[in-house]
Amino acid sequence: MSHVADTPAQPIAFTRNAREALADAQLRRNFRGAMDALMDKRRNQFPDGDELERLRAFGNRVRARALSKLPDLLERLEANLVRNGVQVHWAETVEEANAIVHGIAERHAARKVIKGKSMVSEEMEMNHYLGARGVDCLESDMGEFIVQLRAEKPSHIIMPAIHLNAGQVAKLFHDKLAVEYTEDVDRLIQIGRETLRRNFFEADIGVSGVNFAIAETGTLLLVENEGNGRMSTTVPPVHIAVTGIEKVVENLRDVIPLLSLLTRSATGQPITTYVNMISGPRKADELDGPQEVHLVLLDNGRSQAFADGELRQTLNCIRCGACMNHCPVYTRIGGHAYGTVYPGPIGKIVTPHMLGLETTRDLPTASSMCGACGEVCPVKIPIPSLLRRLREEAVRAPAAEPHHVRGQGAKHSRKETLVWRAWRTLNTSPGLYRAAMYAGTRLRGLMPADIGPWTRYRSAPKPAARSLHELAREHLGEQ
Amino acid sequence: MNAKERILGKLRASLAGTTPVADDYDIGLVTDPWRYAADERIARLRRMLEAVHGETLVTTVAQWPQRVLEALAARGIDELLVSPATVHGRRLAEHVRAQDAALRLKGYENPVEAWKDELFFHTPASLTGTLGGIAATGSLVLWPSPQEPRLMSLVPPLHIALLNASEVRDNLFELMHAQRWTDGLPTNALLVSGPSKTADIQQTLAYGAHGPKELLVLVIEDA
Repeated sequence: MSHVADTPAQPIAFTRNAREALADAQLRRNFRGAMDALMDKRRNQFPDGDELERLRAFGNRVRARALSKLPDLLERLEANLVRNGVQVHWAETVEEANAIVHGIAERHAARKVIKGKSMVSEEMEMNHYLGARGVDCLESDMGEFIVQLRAEKPSHIIMPAIHLNAGQVAKLFHDKLAVEYTEDVDRLIQIGRETLRRNFFEADIGVSGVNFAIAETGTLLLVENEGNGRMSTTVPPVHIAVTGIEKVVENLRDVIPLLSLLTRSATGQPITTYVNMISGPRKADELDGPQEVHLVLLDNGRSQAFADGELRQTLNCIRCGACMNHCPVYTRIGGHAYGTVYPGPIGKIVTPHMLGLETTRDLPTASSMCGACGEVCPVKIPIPSLLRRLREEAVRAPAAEPHHVRGQGAKHSRKETLVWRAWRTLNTSPGLYRAAMYAGTRLRGLMPADIGPWTRYRSAPKPAARSLHELAREHLGEQ
Repeated sequence: MNAKERILGKLRASLAGTTPVADDYDIGLVTDPWRYAADERIARLRRMLEAVHGETLVTTVAQWPQRVLEALAARGIDELLVSPATVHGRRLAEHVRAQDAALRLKGYENPVEAWKDELFFHTPASLTGTLGGIAATGSLVLWPSPQEPRLMSLVPPLHIALLNASEVRDNLFELMHAQRWTDGLPTNALLVSGPSKTADIQQTLAYGAHGPKELLVLVIEDA
């Protein structure tokens, strides 16, 4: 059995994807219910607003400090991991990262990979890459397992199958796993457990992500509730962790505030069931754990975001998903409409660095700029400012220097540039402005009733008979 | 140039002329909100564990082996994975012998590869020690060892953990500091806060996802 997911939605088709998603009543109910619950849970974890604000500021400083010495910390992390017996690999692109993982698989003649949840492996489309080369990847996180059975992508970075309800999962299990139809969630989870259990020890390789890589001790920290992460990183003879280069923190104690912010913001838990800290492969006298541990450090556009002081803040992200849980756009269109691995507000600011603005140009504009994402971000990423910045990069002339983002100017239009130039002239030349206002008010009868998308849901605006300036002058003149 | 040199080169070029952010670690912020009076500490730990379906029982050095037998009997379990090489393992073995109890004890004596099937499908319960606990989050601290390997606390459906009350700290910072974690971490260090669970289907919480379905913590109050 091969588990190869296809890609149904693409970011370039965002507008169409969003329109389709909006018309799907079931999808909207599923997301509305889930997001409301997640927002409540997070709120309950932070009863003390003062503590929350101080902790967010602290989390921001811890991340900023790590990024301010990122190259040194990466080298220190590597040195300490190597001292602990972990093999470290570096990859600039997802192709390189996949080739590294495949190389390890080939050396072990591996046929079967069991995966704990990893968004970086989604970024790499590792399942597809290895599947095409005869190595079967099986997802073991319950949510990931469900979306893999449906040949779908995760619709949320923490809750991959959040777009589905129990009835839909019941039908899926009934159809694909040949089990009795049941909507009882306990029973469905037991079916998942039983189906996956043997796979943990049949797998040749376990793959996981990393939540925090600790430079000081050479430790990979993973959080999870199910135990599949511990299984995937303990039972198979080889463990490969894949992560982005930004995930490093300086000291062990730095994970304390970040861990608290992560689990409370993500799922409203004081802590996850398991906090799994891996500092090396099985030692000679130990009886379990992998014989080999590998870490693949992936760039994939992160160094581009890093190059700009403002955009660098994108890399503060600890992947909690609170921004999407609180996003009015995400709640209405769901995660698939974005057509990207990372959906929602964080996806809109991180994906342009991974894919370039050519295909992601509509993402920064898919926001009402309400600011909720920035307000809840546990590490204080100014997401709305970064969205505005990326909008600017998308319309900056393609040849303008310096070049901050790949695909700069993807939305650039000569016509729009001219319109704005004219607008600026009009608003900065008093004589011209007065003349335009005079013409606009006197010719108001000529305003068309249909002005494109604006009038699809609204009536056309009609200028007043006289401008405010005129009325004010008249009023002051009378005094 | 290889990928590592190229990545580090780009990062270093981007940081040219900048100064690293100073470490102004705020210890008070990760400790002050999470402090408990001596008589409240264990109560907090129990409350937090029980909120996530962990079961707790306060007992004594003298009584705990009998509590283990009772817990297993109540569940109809007649076999327990426990290390014969630990102090608590020997203590339980003596008690089983003295009581002439119908409980089979087995150790994790071979590499996992040698007995995967038995471990995964024919081991209903395990008992391990812990290095301590954290009151703030209701967490157990486990440093798996050759005597008590990693899968002992993960694979059997029932995990019984012994926790000395004197080893319970208020918060993670205090615990890491007191146990000097930065001096050297084991292959695998764990915080365990309840039995395995998931809310991946329609946000509905279900226990016993991939790890233990039940976690029973015996808090030994005079140890």
